[in-house]
Amino acid sequence: MAANTEKPITLDTFLIGLWRENPVFVMLLGMCPVLAVTNSVVNALAMGLATTFVLLCSTALVALLRRHIPKEVRIASYIVIIATFVTVVDYLIHAISLEIYQALGAFIQLIVANCMILGRAEAFASRNRVSTTVVNSLGMGIGFTIALLCLGSVRELLGAGTLLGIPVFGEGFEPWIIMLLPPGGFFVLGAWLLLFAWVKERQLKQKTADAGEAGVHAR
Amino acid sequence: MSTTQTSSVARPAPTSSFRLVGTLGLIALFSGLLVVSVFEFTKPYIEENQRRALEAAVFQVVPGAVSRQDYVLTAEGLFPAAEAPAPGQRVFAAYDAEGSLRGIALQASARGYADVIRVLYGYDPSCECIIGMTVLETRETPGLGDKIETDARFVANFERLDARLNPTGTGLANAIVTVKQGHKEQPWEIDGITGATISANAIGRMLSDSADTVLPRLVPYWTVLEGGA
Repeated sequence: MAANTEKPITLDTFLIGLWRENPVFVMLLGMCPVLAVTNSVVNALAMGLATTFVLLCSTALVALLRRHIPKEVRIASYIVIIATFVTVVDYLIHAISLEIYQALGAFIQLIVANCMILGRAEAFASRNRVSTTVVNSLGMGIGFTIALLCLGSVRELLGAGTLLGIPVFGEGFEPWIIMLLPPGGFFVLGAWLLLFAWVKERQLKQKTADAGEAGVHAR
Repeated sequence: MSTTQTSSVARPAPTSSFRLVGTLGLIALFSGLLVVSVFEFTKPYIEENQRRALEAAVFQVVPGAVSRQDYVLTAEGLFPAAEAPAPGQRVFAAYDAEGSLRGIALQASARGYADVIRVLYGYDPSCECIIGMTVLETRETPGLGDKIETDARFVANFERLDARLNPTGTGLANAIVTVKQGHKEQPWEIDGITGATISANAIGRMLSDSADTVLPRLVPYWTVLEGGA
């Protein structure tokens, strides 16, 4: 928690959560909501935004109080702060839409156990200024929401033949019900992880090939 | 964190217990204030949402209704919801624009395939039949069990489902049962769904149980309900 570990705000502070350290596709954090509530685009978006709200508010508060929270009670303090904002978001969703509230069910309350949020509070917010933390958390939250949308759109498209509730394939399409059920979550997550691993490997190969070529030219 | 490393570095003085308790106390105080204020702020919106959802469901199961009056049926009798001395079976009386009783809506529940299914159904005393049904809560399998909500053919069962009382008024004349798809012969039978047998059977069972126990108890109060609007 020393001041010298604080990082300045760069574009990377924001972008790191979207791609290089994406909480879902790279760090594999918070898998419980990722698999459980991504059976439709609306549910995925609602869960993504709710988690982003909790992440943003709780890490900002942790960053603000970082010099005043003794390290012996920091985890307890972080959990209380996170639980507070989860309760807030729970009431807010309940007030905004009963339908979304019922669709997300217990998973709103379970945001409190999302290890991504406690992870960001401990690894980033407790060592950085509020402004840096807010930028970083926003990136992480958006990265998490995008990941949920990636799963939600594929599962809704294949499992119900709709996107945002609008039919896409027409009458003749027989929905793949399994995509809406828990196994579908694992299938789609696996497919996305495979895709990302493949893209990364290709990039790496390209890089080494370029480096090799450059080496030959240098000779 | 190895022991050699920690012993070589000068340890900072341990934080006093007072400060630990104080920090946690302050955070808990802030947390409590925030939660209570948000609760107070969202309460009217949440209640309004729930009221609207329930009202929409009542008007859906009693076609033609535009206003409603809530009653509670307890062991002592039927009371308007606000004056009920004890919790009991809720009865939603629904009236049309002229203020005459179109029917009542009752909640029923039974165990389905995945979890308890809760429904709201409408009963019309003039035809002594069930005139509508909507699922309030279900965790049934998408694509199979959830057909109890989405299958138009199944939902059509509840447009006029016989729920007459027996001559002595102690129960249903004929228990409501779910039969195999395409085998409905009697007006009190529900045409089931192939592939969703357990869910469809649960609907038949809960309607039968609820109508069999609640409707006989309502017999003395129909005049009260008719004049409620």
